[in-house]
Amino acid sequence: MVITPAEIQTKLERILPTVQKPGRYTGGELNQVVKDWDSIETRLALVFPDIYDIGMSNLGLAILYELINHRSDALAERAYIPWIDMEAAMRRAGIPLYSLESKQPLSKFNIVGFSLPYETLYTNVLNALDLAGIPIYSNERDETHPLIIAGGHATFNPEPMYSFVDAFVIGEGEQVIYEIIDAYQEWKRSKSNRQDLPNNLASIPGVYVPSLYRVNYKLDYTVDQIEKLDDRANLPIRKRILPHLPPPPTHFIVPNIETVHNRIPVEIMRGCTRGCRFCHAGMVSRPVRERSVTEIIQALDEALGNTGFEEIGLLSLSSSDYTHITELVKAITERYYGIHLGISLPSLRIDTFSVDLMDLLKDSRHGGFTLAPEAATEHMRNIINKPVSTAQLLDTVKQIYSRGWTTIKLYFMIGHPDETLEDVKAIVDLCKAVLAQGHRAIGHRAKLNLGISTFIPKPHTPFQWMSCDTVEQIQAKQEILKQELRHRDIKLTWTDPKVTLLEAWLSRGDRRLADVVFRAWQNGAKFDAWQDQYNFDAWIQAFSDCHIDPSFYTHRNRTLDEAFPWDHINTGVRKKYLVKDFQLSQDFKTRSDCRLQCFACGILPTFADLRRVNPGESWTCPEVKSPMKEVANKSL
Amino acid sequence: MRIRITFSKTDAMRYTGHLDLFRSWERTFRRSGLPLAYSQGFHPQPRLNLACALPLGFTSECELLDAWLECTKPLQQIQQTIEAVLPPGLVIHGMEIINIQGPALQTQVTSVVYVITFLDDIPDLDERLQRITSSEHLPRLRRNKSYDLRALIEEMAFIPLHEGGNRKLRIQVSARESATGRPEELLDEMGIEFETTRIHREKIFFQS
Repeated sequence: MVITPAEIQTKLERILPTVQKPGRYTGGELNQVVKDWDSIETRLALVFPDIYDIGMSNLGLAILYELINHRSDALAERAYIPWIDMEAAMRRAGIPLYSLESKQPLSKFNIVGFSLPYETLYTNVLNALDLAGIPIYSNERDETHPLIIAGGHATFNPEPMYSFVDAFVIGEGEQVIYEIIDAYQEWKRSKSNRQDLPNNLASIPGVYVPSLYRVNYKLDYTVDQIEKLDDRANLPIRKRILPHLPPPPTHFIVPNIETVHNRIPVEIMRGCTRGCRFCHAGMVSRPVRERSVTEIIQALDEALGNTGFEEIGLLSLSSSDYTHITELVKAITERYYGIHLGISLPSLRIDTFSVDLMDLLKDSRHGGFTLAPEAATEHMRNIINKPVSTAQLLDTVKQIYSRGWTTIKLYFMIGHPDETLEDVKAIVDLCKAVLAQGHRAIGHRAKLNLGISTFIPKPHTPFQWMSCDTVEQIQAKQEILKQELRHRDIKLTWTDPKVTLLEAWLSRGDRRLADVVFRAWQNGAKFDAWQDQYNFDAWIQAFSDCHIDPSFYTHRNRTLDEAFPWDHINTGVRKKYLVKDFQLSQDFKTRSDCRLQCFACGILPTFADLRRVNPGESWTCPEVKSPMKEVANKSL
Repeated sequence: MRIRITFSKTDAMRYTGHLDLFRSWERTFRRSGLPLAYSQGFHPQPRLNLACALPLGFTSECELLDAWLECTKPLQQIQQTIEAVLPPGLVIHGMEIINIQGPALQTQVTSVVYVITFLDDIPDLDERLQRITSSEHLPRLRRNKSYDLRALIEEMAFIPLHEGGNRKLRIQVSARESATGRPEELLDEMGIEFETTRIHREKIFFQS
């Protein structure tokens, strides 16, 4: 017998007083949606595979939650991963993973959807299924179990999770989630058996049902060929996009406890035209689509009234590039003047225009000023296609310090392709020059925070053929920074190279990694994104148990003709374009912002039909004027 | 104007701590559109005051909040406006206008009444309580400082049961600054685990 919500509630009464932050596990917040369980045809659980504090700030799930609950025949409830203490208490008390809204065990839902924005959540997915009493491997589940789906940026290479997830959503989920619910209902009404369900889903554009494909490997374990086993399945699986961004969600759940972001997030734009070669998001979220100022303001008005949040976040991959950014910032500061509203505007370009923008927001409760030069020499910036001159950076930071900000945060990335120790030393020199500007402007009140991340050659980017630095190389580079940047006004943070390595293995992985993920979880790996929980040895042991050499994934250069495990996933950006961009990088040549000139990345022919019926400035790509048929032929 | 709100804290709000409750009230006022006063300075904070922190997991029917508003409106209208936007777990019982110069709420609290519900049947519960009532001193340590728990308990008595159900103990403890009696410490003294009880705050006493 499956445990009832009432039984779960009774057991919770006893254990909640004994765990840290019990507010994570109660639900019952303002704006949560609780529908009548028995009268709703299709029930979905949306799971963010990390703790509540982090998952509640995820915009993707907030969008889906609102959309699904908008349907009268479906409901969506939330679940997060219990922290270590709560998991132990739940297992002791026999409480399965449950939804916060109705306290229903996850196993009672029709569909369980996981958000996978990054790879270090994978073992938590397995742990969630286990805690829910749902078989972990897809092929061990039957019609009594929920359908397990997943989406998010990490699923542009779904292969390492292919054994556990029944269907992946590739790309934007807003429309496809409805189509999945429809297909599920159709399957249910037809009373077919469980095997037919994946087939029902497989023909939906953007849906990848891994069991309907076979991957053939060469003797060296590189991919030979991927073939589909069912006619209805898509090959390649082309990502979904919305031709026009829908109205933003405005009924955010207001948590009763502190979470990582306590604010209203509004996407002002999706996609990016900058073309930084290391940037996964910049490649997979094309084309750029913008929201109108009117639409953004209207959403903010509604969301502020619905939630009372004291901060808003204007989100995009590159805020300064949003066409109407000045108009938007002015409108917001005028409209919300005097109500103590914090306004965060992340991802600003390195120029004085950004300082002018932030100046307009001075009135709001702001923190420091963040910029991401990513590299310190012009040579390296050309390689990664983020051409900002040192003079421009120094001029910008001078402006920032002298206009009232005391702390600047700079993001750099080490481990770039062909990076030398000289390039790393240049980061030291540049940071010293930046701080000197601050000292000149405001004396020792000037502070500099440095976030040093490590490059990973992500799938679907122009650097996907590159190898990673070894742990030793990264450590040596970090050591230079730690030694040379010891200063009372500088705060340095960096990523553990072993965490980077895991992220690299998983993001570049093939189907063989699924068993490694399973073994690692069995060996105790979970919460891999948490430095204090990360268990490197569990992973090394897992690779060894599966007789796989992890360096196969991360420490070899690929030839341009190598087939990648993710080649059947089509982001709309052509491989030919990525190759060309990769070659340009090797010649230290940059490409400009593609708003200025279209480089034919492939997005336009892929989505010509969508662009054609959505002309005008909501897309930044050129318009498609040719009639429907002609373009279709050309793209072949 | 300065208003004082008497409210209940129940359900999921039970697990919202003091600072987070403060935040919940700020958001409630922001939703209501009533102009909450903010402190001056670089990091303006809303002018809200809570009488006395309720430990995590406790429910209450007598919490008090003082709020400073930058407007003058009929009390009834204010109450209706706020009630329309309250989060689940907070219920307003009353509202009054307070002298803007009056002393801070926290400084006026003298003692607090709690009702402890025992979820499990404890056969020797009366004897355990008897041991407490009959002792003259109950020396304990809190954060390495010794104190006498017995002196902080002003009254304690079981609530008579009419038709079975869980047994309930009503206690009145001191709640002055640096002399705060805590029900969970009494439970500990009685050898009862905190999580096998429900604790509810029934009343807060003030200096007149």
